[in-house]
Amino acid sequence: MTVDRLTCRELVELVTDYLENALPPEDRARFEAHIAGCHSCTSFLEQMRRTILLTGKLSEESLNGDSGDELLKIFRNWKKSNFESE
Amino acid sequence: MEAAPENATQLLEALRQGDEMAFTTLVDKYQASMVRVAMLYVSSHFVAEEVVQETWIGVLKGLAKFEGRSSLKTWIYSILINRAKTHAQREGRYVQLSLDEDSEAGEPTVSPDRFNPADNPLYAHHWVARPDDWREIPEEVLVSHETLERIQQAIDALPPNQRMVITLRDIEQLSSEEVCNILEISETNQRVLLHRARAKVRAALEQYLRQ
Ligand SMILES: [Zn+2]
Repeated sequence: MTVDRLTCRELVELVTDYLENALPPEDRARFEAHIAGCHSCTSFLEQMRRTILLTGKLSEESLNGDSGDELLKIFRNWKKSNFESE
Repeated sequence: MEAAPENATQLLEALRQGDEMAFTTLVDKYQASMVRVAMLYVSSHFVAEEVVQETWIGVLKGLAKFEGRSSLKTWIYSILINRAKTHAQREGRYVQLSLDEDSEAGEPTVSPDRFNPADNPLYAHHWVARPDDWREIPEEVLVSHETLERIQQAIDALPPNQRMVITLRDIEQLSSEEVCNILEISETNQRVLLHRARAKVRAALEQYLRQ
């Protein structure tokens, strides 16, 4: 008996589960078998991977705030009240 | 000069003893990220900074009681999100997110017209045309400021629950466990939201990169 093969339409909905290692072993095997024989889904998977990588780059687009001094003041006050109170 | 503590346990211990270096290490590590996460809830950068400042005060005050049941990072972000919610409520902006509800349940994340219909004799449910190969796109185009801007726009347009999950996971690089703990949602639910969010960003990028 052959196991039902995944269609491309089904596969695209499983990509995150696949990348998160959340597919049960049989489903993972079906996923990988499909990818091995399908250029289109290989491209799609690659697009999803790149999307994730590129999204991660947004963390480098830094928001500049200058709260450092204020925070140090807060820390020093906290320290004072905790360590020098008696 | 003292060296910065190397791991989370040492950092926590140093912090408890009032080590300023430990505190600035934490601030350097999380401040920018915390401001971005606060921005998910409140309307302005200014208020977000205020939320983050309150969070640090909350962290310092809570240190003595922190038992380490969650990681220091998860704990800090939980405080952050609580403060941010309080501010958002005050601004009248906070709508309780039904994070456990998938309002788009059953909807495909890739447009159905990208696939052959069920009655196609040979290629039913197969792609009509192969998705573009992004490996052929020069790195400087792919990683340009414009591309990143397009991604940010796509994220800003997401429903709040999807926006929150993708921001925490893919921008701030928190683990799925951390995100589930902070947002108090199940792993499954988190993956559904993440998938929808990523799929929409991918679609926006695809459209942008084709121009
Ligand atoms: Zn396929």
